[in-house]
Amino acid sequence: MMLARRRAVNLIMTAVCGLALAVALVPLVSLLWLVISHGFRGLSFDFFTAVPAPVGEAGGGVGNAIAGTLYIVGIACLIGVPLGIGAGVFLAERGDGRVGDAIRFTAEVLSGVPSIVVGIVAYGLVVLPMRRFSALAGGVALAVLMVPTLARSTEELVRLVPRSLREASLALGVPQWRTSLRVVLRTALGGIMTAILLAVARAAGETAPLLFTSLNNQYWNFSADQPTASLTVQIFNYAVSPYQDWHDKAWSAALVLLLLVGSLSLAGRLLSRSRLR
Amino acid sequence: MKAKIDVRALNAWFRTTHALRDVSLTVPENSVLAIIGPSGCGKSTFVRCINRMHELVPGARQSGQVLVDGQDLHARRVDPVNLRRRVGMVFQRPNPFPTMSIFDNVVAGLRLNGVRGDYAEVAENSLRQAALWDEVKDRLQQSALSLSGGQQQRLCIARALSIEPEVLLMDEPASALDPIATAKIEELIHELRESLTIVIVTHNMQQAARVSDATAFFYLGELIEHGATEQIFTNPREPRTEDYVTGKFG
Repeated sequence: MMLARRRAVNLIMTAVCGLALAVALVPLVSLLWLVISHGFRGLSFDFFTAVPAPVGEAGGGVGNAIAGTLYIVGIACLIGVPLGIGAGVFLAERGDGRVGDAIRFTAEVLSGVPSIVVGIVAYGLVVLPMRRFSALAGGVALAVLMVPTLARSTEELVRLVPRSLREASLALGVPQWRTSLRVVLRTALGGIMTAILLAVARAAGETAPLLFTSLNNQYWNFSADQPTASLTVQIFNYAVSPYQDWHDKAWSAALVLLLLVGSLSLAGRLLSRSRLR
Repeated sequence: MKAKIDVRALNAWFRTTHALRDVSLTVPENSVLAIIGPSGCGKSTFVRCINRMHELVPGARQSGQVLVDGQDLHARRVDPVNLRRRVGMVFQRPNPFPTMSIFDNVVAGLRLNGVRGDYAEVAENSLRQAALWDEVKDRLQQSALSLSGGQQQRLCIARALSIEPEVLLMDEPASALDPIATAKIEELIHELRESLTIVIVTHNMQQAARVSDATAFFYLGELIEHGATEQIFTNPREPRTEDYVTGKFG
């Protein structure tokens, strides 16, 4: 009697969980389907390599925007990765006091700041003094977004390195700073690479901080002090335009962005999995 | 014989725990001192004071003097980093660097300290001294984690020897090892005594009796008795020492 009831409850609960999963998957699957079904048609070799064509003209692509996104994210990494990892190592090794708590709290607040606000800050910090929209300004904005998450995940990963390794190095007469850098950080490196990849994937998908920092550009640009195209801003511009063929291009560009971010995340996952083995 | 290590009225604390109380003893050059005593009696803390690893633990304090070659380790101009190159240490659990190969582990002390030299020669000599060379000479580039526990511990000994320390501290180096590996390490201690001064912490009475010249018995942070190993095990002065070495407590 009791057993039958338990079996029934078990069955119902399993079904409810399955249903919840299905409901949760609906937005994800429909989003993917929508982007693929609308965007796939527009993909061609040209789309990946050419610069945008004017309205009404056939062809054209987002090659410069793909390159621009990579370029801006590259600048963001140059600034954000050393800062984030440095802060994370500091928090893990010396962050037990009041200073550490203050930094941790700041990082938490910073990671909660809406990205458009970060964009405004970069506008004030870089764009106004330079009197020009630039890839550098976009990179700074994305770096600010990367630092807090990178610092926190680096801290966690460095704390996972066993104390015995630190002691092994110190007992060999290796100074503390070099122990942190060459033994502790190196041991945590696999995990940190994963964290960097995930941070990069997140940064590559940001639009708001780029709108008034790197702005946009219809042509190829690799000068840090010039406005630069990015996939996200390009998608935004195409999508809010009144032209049908630009709408189609927005879908295709969105698909390219999804592929880019998705492959980065996947690489991060694979990297972390091979590390665990 | 010349005193290599001279400890005078050493006290050590972890926050409010008084881990070592007024310990004084000397270790002659090229001798082996075994430190025995029940768990938590301050044995590890004692050896960690000799290479100033104790002070790295948050909340750790100490007073008194530790002299190596007549030089006070806590004098202001003594750099703990330089000191640790003269006073090597082997830990309870083997702790090779997991990201490095066998070879890189052995020469890690040189490489991380920026010392140049013939790494291949140093690696071979150190591995031979640690009685590991024949087992690993064909696989030096493999990960250190591919070795067995006993081999890893001998690798850690080779790593400690590569920077040519004058003193080697061993904190229960064989407690995680099987009897064969333990025998190898004990044999090693016998050979190393020719060139080094060794302080070894052990829970194993037979091991202390086999490898050491002198033995010190610690209990609740105090040095109860210190003397020639033979005397400690056959004719201890203190009843507590006798109870411990005959297995009545501990």
